[in-house]
Amino acid sequence: MIKNGMGAAVRRKEDYRFITGNGQYVDDINRPNQVYAYIVRSPVAHARLASVDTAAARAVPGVVAVLTGADMATDGIGGLPCGWGIHNKDGSPMAEPGHPPLAAEVVRYVGDQVAVVIAESKAIARDASELVEVDYDELPAVAGLVAASADGAALVWDEAPGNICYDWEIGDQAATEAAFASAKQIASIDVVNNRLIANAMEPRSAIGEYDSGKDEHTLYTTSQNPHVIRLLMGAFVMGIPEHKLRVIAPDVGGGFGSKIFHYAEEAIVTWAAKKIKRPIKWTAERSESFISDAHGRDHVTHAEMAMDENGIFVGLRVSTRANLGAYLSTFGPSVPTYLYATLLAGTYKTPAIYAEVKGMFTNTVPVDAYRGAGRPEASYLLERLVDRAAKVAGLDPIEIRRRNFIQPDEFPYQTPVALEYDTGDYGAAVDKALELGDYDSFDKRKAESAGRGKLRGIGISTYIEACGLAPSNIAGALGARAGLYEAGTVRVNPTGSVTVLTGSHSHGQGHETTFAQLVTEALGVDFDLVEIVHGDTGKVPFGMGTYGSRSAAVGGVALVNALEKIRTKAKKIAAHLLEASEEDIEFKEGQLTVAGTDKAVAFSDVAMAAYVPHNYPLETLEPGLEETAFYDPKNFTFPAGCHICEVEIDPDTGVVDVVSFTAADDFGRVINPMIVEGQVHGGVAQGIGQALYEQCIYDESGQLMSGSLMDYCLPKADNIPDFSVTTSVTPCTHNVLGVKGCGEAGAIGAPPAVINAVLNALAKYEVDDIQMPATPERVWRAIQSAAK
Amino acid sequence: MYEFNYHRPASLAEAKEILAANDEAKIVAGGMTLLPTMKMRLAQPSDLIDLSAIEGLDGIKDTGSAIEIGAMTRHADVASSDVVKAAIPALAKLADSIGDAQVRNRGTLGGSIANSDPAADYPAAVLGLGATIRTDQREISADDYFLGMFETALAADELVVAVSFPKPKKAAYAKFPNPASRYAVVGVMVADTDSGLRVAVTGAGACAYRATAFEEALSSSLSAEALEGLTTDSADLNSDLHASAEYRAHLVGVMAKRAVQSLGG
Repeated sequence: MIKNGMGAAVRRKEDYRFITGNGQYVDDINRPNQVYAYIVRSPVAHARLASVDTAAARAVPGVVAVLTGADMATDGIGGLPCGWGIHNKDGSPMAEPGHPPLAAEVVRYVGDQVAVVIAESKAIARDASELVEVDYDELPAVAGLVAASADGAALVWDEAPGNICYDWEIGDQAATEAAFASAKQIASIDVVNNRLIANAMEPRSAIGEYDSGKDEHTLYTTSQNPHVIRLLMGAFVMGIPEHKLRVIAPDVGGGFGSKIFHYAEEAIVTWAAKKIKRPIKWTAERSESFISDAHGRDHVTHAEMAMDENGIFVGLRVSTRANLGAYLSTFGPSVPTYLYATLLAGTYKTPAIYAEVKGMFTNTVPVDAYRGAGRPEASYLLERLVDRAAKVAGLDPIEIRRRNFIQPDEFPYQTPVALEYDTGDYGAAVDKALELGDYDSFDKRKAESAGRGKLRGIGISTYIEACGLAPSNIAGALGARAGLYEAGTVRVNPTGSVTVLTGSHSHGQGHETTFAQLVTEALGVDFDLVEIVHGDTGKVPFGMGTYGSRSAAVGGVALVNALEKIRTKAKKIAAHLLEASEEDIEFKEGQLTVAGTDKAVAFSDVAMAAYVPHNYPLETLEPGLEETAFYDPKNFTFPAGCHICEVEIDPDTGVVDVVSFTAADDFGRVINPMIVEGQVHGGVAQGIGQALYEQCIYDESGQLMSGSLMDYCLPKADNIPDFSVTTSVTPCTHNVLGVKGCGEAGAIGAPPAVINAVLNALAKYEVDDIQMPATPERVWRAIQSAAK
Repeated sequence: MYEFNYHRPASLAEAKEILAANDEAKIVAGGMTLLPTMKMRLAQPSDLIDLSAIEGLDGIKDTGSAIEIGAMTRHADVASSDVVKAAIPALAKLADSIGDAQVRNRGTLGGSIANSDPAADYPAAVLGLGATIRTDQREISADDYFLGMFETALAADELVVAVSFPKPKKAAYAKFPNPASRYAVVGVMVADTDSGLRVAVTGAGACAYRATAFEEALSSSLSAEALEGLTTDSADLNSDLHASAEYRAHLVGVMAKRAVQSLGG
């Protein structure tokens, strides 16, 4: 095996830069003559803007400009576009109200942008912002799904009666009803998928800059996908053609989905920078992030599983209401539909499935993708329901899963909800997890815990997800308004070092390491001679960025395809240099050899020949050694796995302690096992966070109650156990790398495993439900009501 | 943060002069409550008077019958003090449970008790151990000190100089931390002292208070069993996102029992 190639647990190249404080994040960048923006945000959840008076703020020394929604409207600035259209059951399109970057007439959530104050310093901007006099004519607000769905509920949008954005369905309703009619037993469940706030370590930031000489805009922004921002903002909001707009997303400190979307502040600083002819920086404060970053999850669902007499699933019906917030965020509508209900088959052969989803407007921050995006909601629902089905059927939770799994010889498997799984071996992952987690001796550990007065429980989930977004034509047919391919360029430099330009974006994933490993594997170039460039539309080819665990499965494959083109051309050059036929050239570990001889040339010499083509087949081959590939995946990839969680509950306080967590995941082939393991750790930590700690809470008037880290509880190191992590590999069948994606799996598989463990621990109290997060008080109350 | 004037006086007298001269001045010790509040623009002092340059306000002394801790002593120093650990291990343990490492390295005993946050840990120790608060003007007994939410017996121009904790026969602190902030949702200090059995509760009510019914029960039998059947009225207790009053009332009993159980010999 080549050193630092595919499968090597190489340490991350980028970490030296990060841990020595040499990362270059947006807020680290300062442009000459830069000024600072502070956004005036609505303090109320719903109001008509009776007046916005900026005179006093403008009079403050050091204030450069104060701009409002009215100014934006005058300049013809468009609304923030939605990137995915959903259709109602009757075929009509969803309600799609406008989303002005600065509200001009009505504000619709606490945090909605009203005005921007631009000043010589951040402090002056902030001080002056308090002098912007806004007269809010308050309107009734609906701050959650229950309020928004009530009879006579106030409307967020007049054009969305009942606050319904869409009423969507998938699956075969008639077949599902027939399955229920013939069912021998039925399990049903009501679950809430709690609303979350991503809280990436780096708050969002944006710098707008305008070059009046060239009439060019540059936007530095904390984005997971700078080309997507360029496309959306340039074409739909600002009317700037691509060649006049450069978007740079440099080092980005975590995204978890929340930095996919095109946000108002990006458009505001780009627009205002041209108006005032100075670069403008905006950086969110942490409490501002809470009310301006898109939130995640927030579903209420009723579901039923129909079974035959042996616990075989015969039908599943699901009814979900999903909170979309006050406006449609970039991919908001797709998350509770095509990224959720298409996963409701799970790892099981349920032959008939019908799901309906109502997307609802509320007077809250827009809701969009957050690590897993729809798939955690599906997995949580299904894996909780399967545990309940096991109870109804009188089967062990593992046995009922094994009875219903799609078997390894049944792939490709067409689910009743649109997806075709290419491959998998769900039973093998269960076997591995049970062994690694020492499942068989759980009773011993339970007895030991009982000796200390603790209730021990064990829970399992056998999740599946769909990654590697996505075949563009399929996504387009489902409503996506963009393609979902990826691009990669391999630039071999004359001395043989390699610069890779990728459309994928690394904001924690470690592409500078894993993509370099792919180059080393293909070309034999020393790992340290490979540089990965990403995040700059002025440098890299048009790419769709990083989300949905797509970087390896789409961006990595684009890169490998470009590398294959390099290999092909290098062989041609080598054949010329070695006076051999191209078919006889073998390219291994950086050497191009004439098969069966000792005649060889190093790859670096081939590179030099390509750029100094003195001895070169110029009549048949272009000089230079640079290739680009665009790759559009043939299918989604389907990572799956088995997570097992053990908890200990203190019955006196209700505190749940996760004491062990085991994951056996099938991510296909693995490029760097250390990085994959780290991704699982992080994902599981966030999954534990959702299950036990994190809860976004609005009061009835639409004020965010959990608006700081003092109240919004992120899991901390002492809340997270040591993990036992392994992989159970079935290579993806439709991409050359055989990879599936690993970034979200932890956040998808963990929540149901944790809650199933909590319910298992509480079995003696006959507690059959507990909602996330399973806080100490909720657990204590569950025990109390059972005791009565 | 709004603009303010910053002062770093070298003596208490100078600090008090500045305080007297400015209506909207605020004393800052560790700043672990005040600075975040200012950053969120929820406080707007005209002047900040930083006590950190005044000599003699920090340090830990064993006076024989008591441990005296200067107002500017950081939580981390109390937590790691061999003197405190030897004489009142429960106090060191309590200090070690405050907030997080950053807060413990900055926050001070005087700042904590002058602020009297209902969820702060130190008030349970001050009240539970029957400490005496020494100010620049007088000595105040712990029983007279905590008056209400963010309300103490300190006059507007009065500064805490030190707190004297009488050494108990034994003492223990049990805390149910807020999972997000690590403040006390409920914290109970149980101390067997020369002046009797004391049980002080923080986190549950408007300010730290003594659980007299618990004290009576434990005075006759210093065991967790003695607390069986005793309940806490939730009527006056705090209720927030993290715990209802009813749950807090329950936790007072649980934490009291746990404190008793960990009293040891």
